[in-house]
Amino acid sequence: MNTKRLYIIGFAITLLIAGVFSFYASSSPDGLEKVAIDLGFIDTAKDSAVSGSALADYGVQGVENERLSVGIAGIVGVLATGLVMYVIVRLLGKSKN
Amino acid sequence: MHIPDGFINIPTAAGSALLATAGVGYALKGAKAKLDEKAAPLIGLVAVFVFAGQMINSPVASGTSGHLLGGALAAVLVGPYAASIALTVVLVIQALLFADGGLTALGLNIFNMSVIGVWGGYGAFLLLRKAFRYTKSAVLIGSTVGAFISVPLAATSFSIQYAIGGEGTFASSTVFTAMFSTHILIGIGEAIITTLTVGAILKTRPDLVYGMAKVRK
Repeated sequence: MNTKRLYIIGFAITLLIAGVFSFYASSSPDGLEKVAIDLGFIDTAKDSAVSGSALADYGVQGVENERLSVGIAGIVGVLATGLVMYVIVRLLGKSKN
Repeated sequence: MHIPDGFINIPTAAGSALLATAGVGYALKGAKAKLDEKAAPLIGLVAVFVFAGQMINSPVASGTSGHLLGGALAAVLVGPYAASIALTVVLVIQALLFADGGLTALGLNIFNMSVIGVWGGYGAFLLLRKAFRYTKSAVLIGSTVGAFISVPLAATSFSIQYAIGGEGTFASSTVFTAMFSTHILIGIGEAIITTLTVGAILKTRPDLVYGMAKVRK
């Protein structure tokens, strides 16, 4: 498989996971939360300073449709991560030469 | 796995942030030295894949879910330095944009996942790849074991942080036992996803895989 094709397929799978499959993610507490609940220290958790932000908890504020809300949040997250990573790799490459 | 604000006191979080900064600095230096233009897009792809993978919580036991950590996966595909940077970017985006993981806890989370998760997983990978004599199968076995071990290792790192500065009065051994046993289960899912992903790329383009260096063709 040529490199470009591999990257396109990889990116498409990533968008599909973040934009579509993410809706089906389990809402059970994760390992750390579960331990915190069982042992009884979950109450010490405080809201993050950005817990009221437009994308908090992987949902878009104002978008009622749950599927759309988490899907958009996921795609925004992928694009933001990709952009920051791209900039860092470019800067590393530049400073090397 | 993402620590919220409040679980661990500020001095311990600040100490972890210093360690995390040192770890990321080391990763930037290493990534720069090893940067291969050909591999650059794969680094970006791995970062976004880890972000997406971390969104998918799967049930692992009654009432508990787990999601991909991605440290070992990233380390095998693009090397531990770039992997450490990629995981850090994912954690920063999650904390700033999605309020996933606390802001004061960011250093704790970066240390546990980008430093311990990546290097712990990669260390196990190196041992297994050597033990199985640098074959393609050895790379896959190393990825599986590295991924599996990286999750309880990161959980152990949390337990140590909690023992030092936890805002609660629980015996360190109780926290460690609960964290370790829960994350052994989550490590199994980590191993499955990592094996499938690394396996797919090894099958199509083994030349792009960082962990294939030193492997007999």
